[in-house]
Amino acid sequence: MIHVENIHKSFGEHEVLKGISTVFERGRTNLIIGASGSGKTVLLKCLLGLFQPDEGKIFYEDKSIHDMDDEEQRDLREHIGMLFQGGALFDSMTIEENVMFPLRMFTNKKRGEMLDRVNEVLARVNLENVNSKFPAEISGGMQKRVSIARAIVNKPKYLFCDEPNSGLDPNTATVIDNLIQEITKENNITTVVVSHDMNSVMEIGENIVLLKHGHLVWEGSNQDIFKTNNKDVTDFVYSSDLFKKIREVQLKEG
Amino acid sequence: MIIVRALKDVGSYFLMLKRVFSGFTKGSVLRELIFKEIDDLIIGSLGIVSFISFFVGGVIAIQTALNLENPLIPKSLIGFATRQSMILEFAPTFISIIMAGKMGSFITSSLGSMRVTEQIDALDVMGINSLNYLVFPKIIALLFYPFVIALSMFLGIFGGFLAGVYGGFTSPGEFVTGLQDSFEPFHLTYAFIKTFIFAFILATVPSWQGYFMKGGALEVGKASTNSFVWTSVLIILTNYIVTTLLLS
Repeated sequence: MIHVENIHKSFGEHEVLKGISTVFERGRTNLIIGASGSGKTVLLKCLLGLFQPDEGKIFYEDKSIHDMDDEEQRDLREHIGMLFQGGALFDSMTIEENVMFPLRMFTNKKRGEMLDRVNEVLARVNLENVNSKFPAEISGGMQKRVSIARAIVNKPKYLFCDEPNSGLDPNTATVIDNLIQEITKENNITTVVVSHDMNSVMEIGENIVLLKHGHLVWEGSNQDIFKTNNKDVTDFVYSSDLFKKIREVQLKEG
Repeated sequence: MIIVRALKDVGSYFLMLKRVFSGFTKGSVLRELIFKEIDDLIIGSLGIVSFISFFVGGVIAIQTALNLENPLIPKSLIGFATRQSMILEFAPTFISIIMAGKMGSFITSSLGSMRVTEQIDALDVMGINSLNYLVFPKIIALLFYPFVIALSMFLGIFGGFLAGVYGGFTSPGEFVTGLQDSFEPFHLTYAFIKTFIFAFILATVPSWQGYFMKGGALEVGKASTNSFVWTSVLIILTNYIVTTLLLS
């Protein structure tokens, strides 16, 4: 569980996060959604400790990340898996080396054991015969799956995903969404996904946090999102023509 | 405003150095990275350094010969001038400026691309000190840089010998006499002291430019250009200071 308490973050004069408080629960897919510039990525980077909030605290279980010493922070980071928007695979390494990387850095396993684990997670993300390829030699969707494999190879307790579907076709995006949700359930981890993709919201949004201009304006599940009359939610959800039409049909059918 | 920015840059460079030498990466991984950097930065530079040094040495010998109009000046001066030019300036300083273009741009653009594609963020999120992981192996690899400069000195003099002798400007005996004439071993010490300093500049200034760059592909290009300019400026200034301190 990650507990966020009254987070404020400014860049110069511009306040990006204005007092965000929420809880991201274990075993659930937590989504941070909102329009571009709403502060989603800044909140994610605060959660990861890449940005230091100006005010407020972030607790991993019951321990504040800001009160941890360097050793404790390093320990925590070993339990964090991250799927970056562009995959962030190391392009000088093969797929196998990329996935093996966290194991090499943080464990003393023998090469054979590491290789077994790498093949296990690559199979989990439905990738085979790519071990010796380089990231540039595989498609964007495959790169995302490799990135998920790298994120989960060291059995993290927390999984963060920054816009996992950006640049993917709808079918591949659904595969990635389902994979994230399945991994969350299988391993009972705390997953936080930043997205503005409404399909993801509907597919995997068990706990959704909507940000607008740095404020948290709504929280709920994907089941609640069509029921609410919150204007910020309806403005965000029905900004696309497809969802507008769905809304019209829903209203007609009462 | 410019002074404040310059001071901030200098401060950020020294803070980077502090982080490079802390939070060490696992030994077995670091060893592999060092070998890879030696291959990329040192072995990968041998070809161009050999080519340039050999022909520049030849040109120095020919130009010296063509300027010897007075019959009272001995032909051995060709060997002497080639040796002095190669050891004192060309090999340590000018090869380093060429390396600021080749090696420096490579370091800046590779780190800049890693920054743009969030690979550096990925290292940080995993709890790895990305500066130690990325920059420290480059500094260690460049401890071998004096070997590159030694090769440059040798090939430059050898190029001068071949151009001088086979171009009909001098005899092998006269060239070798010139080479041995008034040889000061301290000149080699001086050349290698400044080579070590240049090696440190070559590893760290382009790394600083690449690691802290912001933006996209265009900015990677700009950072590479800035890296070349600042590395060259620092090499030239350091060359002047070291020469003043050691040879004046």
